[in-house]
Amino acid sequence: MTPILSVQDLTVAFRVERAWRPVVHGVSFEIGPRETVALVGESGSGKSVTALSIMRLTPRDSSRIGGRVLLEGRDLLGLPEPAMRRIRGDDVAMIFQEPMTSLNPVLTVGFQIAEALMLHRGLSRAAAEAETVRLFDKVRIPGAASRVHDYPHRFSGGMRQRVMIAMALACRPKLLIADEPTTALDVTIQAQILDLIKLLQDEEDMSVLFITHDMGVVAEIADRTVVMVDGRAVESGPTDDIFRRPTHPYSRALLAAVPRLGSMRGRPHPTRFPIVDRVTGEPEVVPDMPDTVAPEGRPVLEVRDLTTRFEIRGGLLSRVRGRVHAVENVSFSLRAGETLALVGESGCGKSTTGRSVLRLIEPLSGSVLLDGEDILALAPADLRERRRRMQMIFQDPFASLDPRMSVGAAIAEPLLINRLASRREAGDRAADLLRRVGLKPEMAGRYPHEFSGGQRQRICIARALAVEPRLIVADESVSALDVSVKAQVVNLMLDLQASLGLAYLFISHDMAVVERVSHRVAVMYLGEIVEIGPRAAIFGAPQHPYTRKLLAAVPVPDPGRRRQMHAVRSDEIKSPIRPVGYVPPERLYREVSPGHAVQVWGPEWEAAVPAAAA
Amino acid sequence: MGAYLLRRLLIAIPSLVGISLILFTVLALAPGDPFGELASNPNVPPEVRAALRLKFGLDDPLLVRYLRWLVAMLHGDWGFSFASRIDVDDLILQRLPTTLFVVGSSQVLALLIAVPVGILAAIRPYSVFDQVANTLAFVGFSLPTFFTGLLFILLFSIKLDWLPFVYQADVAATGWHWYWEHVRQAIMPVAVLGFFQAASYTRYVRASVLDVARLDYVTTARAKGLSDGAVTLRHIARNALIPVVTLVALQIPAVFGGAIVTEQIFRVPGIGSLLINAMLANDTPVVMAVTFVFACLVVLFNLVADLLYGWLDPRISFR
Amino acid sequence: MAGSTLASPSAEAAPVAAPAASGRDTWRRFRRHRLAVVSVLVLAVLVMGVLVGGLLWPVAIDDIDFSAMLQGPSWQHPFGTDDLGQDLLARMISGGRISLAVGFAAMAVATVVGVAVGAVAGMSRRFLDPALMWLTDLFLSLPQLPLLLLVIYLFRDRLKQVFGLEGGVFVMIVVVIGGLRWMPVARLVRAQFLSLREKEFIEAARSQGAGAWHLVTRHILPNAIGPVIVAATIEVSAAIIAESTLSFLGLGFPPDIPTWGRLLFDAKDHLDVAPHWALFPGAAIFLTVLSINFIGDGLRDALDPRRVL
Repeated sequence: MTPILSVQDLTVAFRVERAWRPVVHGVSFEIGPRETVALVGESGSGKSVTALSIMRLTPRDSSRIGGRVLLEGRDLLGLPEPAMRRIRGDDVAMIFQEPMTSLNPVLTVGFQIAEALMLHRGLSRAAAEAETVRLFDKVRIPGAASRVHDYPHRFSGGMRQRVMIAMALACRPKLLIADEPTTALDVTIQAQILDLIKLLQDEEDMSVLFITHDMGVVAEIADRTVVMVDGRAVESGPTDDIFRRPTHPYSRALLAAVPRLGSMRGRPHPTRFPIVDRVTGEPEVVPDMPDTVAPEGRPVLEVRDLTTRFEIRGGLLSRVRGRVHAVENVSFSLRAGETLALVGESGCGKSTTGRSVLRLIEPLSGSVLLDGEDILALAPADLRERRRRMQMIFQDPFASLDPRMSVGAAIAEPLLINRLASRREAGDRAADLLRRVGLKPEMAGRYPHEFSGGQRQRICIARALAVEPRLIVADESVSALDVSVKAQVVNLMLDLQASLGLAYLFISHDMAVVERVSHRVAVMYLGEIVEIGPRAAIFGAPQHPYTRKLLAAVPVPDPGRRRQMHAVRSDEIKSPIRPVGYVPPERLYREVSPGHAVQVWGPEWEAAVPAAAA
Repeated sequence: MGAYLLRRLLIAIPSLVGISLILFTVLALAPGDPFGELASNPNVPPEVRAALRLKFGLDDPLLVRYLRWLVAMLHGDWGFSFASRIDVDDLILQRLPTTLFVVGSSQVLALLIAVPVGILAAIRPYSVFDQVANTLAFVGFSLPTFFTGLLFILLFSIKLDWLPFVYQADVAATGWHWYWEHVRQAIMPVAVLGFFQAASYTRYVRASVLDVARLDYVTTARAKGLSDGAVTLRHIARNALIPVVTLVALQIPAVFGGAIVTEQIFRVPGIGSLLINAMLANDTPVVMAVTFVFACLVVLFNLVADLLYGWLDPRISFR
Repeated sequence: MAGSTLASPSAEAAPVAAPAASGRDTWRRFRRHRLAVVSVLVLAVLVMGVLVGGLLWPVAIDDIDFSAMLQGPSWQHPFGTDDLGQDLLARMISGGRISLAVGFAAMAVATVVGVAVGAVAGMSRRFLDPALMWLTDLFLSLPQLPLLLLVIYLFRDRLKQVFGLEGGVFVMIVVVIGGLRWMPVARLVRAQFLSLREKEFIEAARSQGAGAWHLVTRHILPNAIGPVIVAATIEVSAAIIAESTLSFLGLGFPPDIPTWGRLLFDAKDHLDVAPHWALFPGAAIFLTVLSINFIGDGLRDALDPRRVL
């Protein structure tokens, strides 16, 4: 079988300050007809550069591509630019990671698709537009005919990615290159887009090169897999083989660190990730974690009927036009040494809940008791003093450190603000804390840009620990990290919980990580908790239709357990924006088992139940 | 779009009121009695002076005087020029078209230079063309208009004797010759003002195109197989011009400032030279009225810029 | 126990690019802008020239010599003479001091006012911000040159009485130019504050109990200062041009204070016979403004590599 695409010894170098810096070293792989090949690796592995180089889309003046890229035997790297342009968008099409920025905001989506048709197929404007409507139907955009003349800002992220796919399919390409096409999407939308790509691949007889960092997505979609690290392809083969018998130590380390939904069945407590050394491939022994939850006494945190809303102003006199009901009547409690995970998709209010607990955002009503004291009733000065006992770790370790402050000063700062230590003591404490989070005390004098993402997140943890808090709100703290680094930071957090008895409010969209770290889980949807209970109950016997839908959408990093294909759905994530007079309905909860409560759902969910249960 | 336009209009009105209030306050706080030399003329007896003050209401509270002045301005009663012996509004109406012609042509010239040069420079950053354009742009907006004006006169009028350096409102010629004389005398003022603005606009366009050129949707467009020209025109240029409109709008007051200078150098009979001459002749009603006209023009052109912005950016009606 | 979680050294490579600027990095990046480095030298020569030039060329600025009227450059008068036979080099040295002093003083006024307004607007969450921004936009749409001329026209005599001739005009011109040029700085500072105050490191400091004053002085201002320095540099050249324009229109400094703009004003009616009279001060203004603009550009590259405009 002759391959559609054959990449042979591809090398790419970028010019950085007058020197050529190689970023891809001799990568080779092939893609057969109708085959899906995944290029998988962590950030900086050169996988996206490889994809752009196949299309010759790297900056012309500051990059150099070597080797051969054969498309049905024709070397793309040797083609003159006009001939290459005829290939782009026609024989090979591409979709990108960021649907929000990949479409031109000042042109209608219909025109942007028709553009390729007029260029490569020579269609008239009218014919191209008719074809565009057909393509919209094909990618299951509801109301296709009426939406082609809309501008991109009227589409949600998932719908924009469908537009991108429609654009890519316009000229029936032989090869589709998808560069992290679902990374920026919520998990239920990701499931839709993956289904759509698989379906269209069958319909159109295309080959797909799928670039991703997510092993779950790889297992879901790829026939064969190429593992990349530091610009080299270290292992390639059928996806099944790579998952079952990874040979290269790096692949083994990567796969060991991948959180797998369902891997915690039968384990009573949160468990560290097994770490495999990525040079030797030897696994580390996973110690059993003790039970960290304080059994009796008052919970550290008790949240009652917390409600936070934002006003949306607009119009001539900036009247209130609507309200974002970000958090509605949320109640939960958290004991010392316990982790409660808040999970849900974007716009569900989980981050707002975390910030409202710390009063970084002023809630509208409700109460937040920290060791029995109502945080919401405190005067500003008292609040600043109490914040010591609850700290936050943010999602983006790059943004959460002041770039102009050395990390030692950053860690010492909370001590100095709260007058807990003299300058010298604070310095000593900072060195101590650095050691505690696995860094060297000598690093205190360095600046944040000298550290990697994982190291920065460790620094943020050290800073949070400086004031000896009782509660840490971890807002997507490990979501932005690469798989292996994510595992290490999660392990660090578990160790710290065991030794310091910290309570974590762990906010995350990543169900697999949540399963590993949490004692209890609360599922949020449109600002409300729809289901809350022990981790085993939520993952083992989910009740609410939304919880089921969420769990069903998570890709499992096991090619043997692929989700069943079902009809591609087009429902979007609902928005918590309500008109001014909106009164939230009364909600009832029903206790399924001790500690496991489910919101009683209305008829709007009835249709979804059988599908989710299937 | 309709609501957007209405909103911008409603914002323009308070700023006009605010500007007129500032102008009036400056005038009221000024020492002396700026409301006419009659009131301060030593030959006028004190009783008459007091009667005059009463008549003009000079002893009323500031706000009352302001409102009275504003109502008069709105009724088209702009006072009487002591120096020219005619009504101020007639004087300004005589002079305004010349100013608008010079300013308008210079802006057109500036954009005709800046947009293509800025785009070409940005799509090949750090090329020879870019470096030359960039250096020239720096030279251009570091050369004050009054100095360029003198250099032009020195070169084109005195040394080469190609162009007249005095602008005349009524050219003694007819037919085509009349047009030609008009163009000839307008070349230098328009070029001086146009080059100066073109220099700063070029920098704006270049920076904005550079920003847009590395956005994701440009890669999308290239991945479609579009040619460089199509990508630049259809996908980069329009998006890049959106922020440029804002920056150009911010330059409008400076443009009118430049117009005053060039009118003064080339003796263009516009409202800018009228302002300077009125100041040198202590002709307060004219000074006030011309300053206010300048304010109105700035607000008007800001409104035009807002409209342009709304036309370029389809998201605006959505906000 | 924490030791067991130590990242293996090969786990992650630290990023190569350094976004934050330390002093040495800033200087290294500034040096790469060759024109900016040349401009620093040019400006230094100009500033030294007007500061100590009077000692090296001790010729009176008001020494009238009718036998040497409107002469071109010569050994006796390197820059030539004016219509009263006064030495132009001496006049330019003396006037340059005023021109440069106005530039820097007006920059200081504009920057202080701009930073104050921008910081207050950027930190307030309710009513102050829209009010201050409305005021800023209002000032931005004022016709600046006419207003400058108007204020000077109206207040000139009063200030002369209070501060004396030279001082009065100087104070007035500095205050008026500075008072009409603070808006860009204010908008810039506000925009910086608005974006910085939503940054997670600010939220982190807040969640550690930091008050507003601590946030502004320790985190927000130090991170906002780079663009402000650049804007302040450009303000100097803008103020020099503004002062020259006023003087050129005959409404700035009086004839006995020969600032560069005033020299041009006096020279413009003698262009045909004495072009040198206009060329030297004009070139001095141009060189000063050009070098300051290039320095500003170099600083922009050096202080914030991401910002292009």
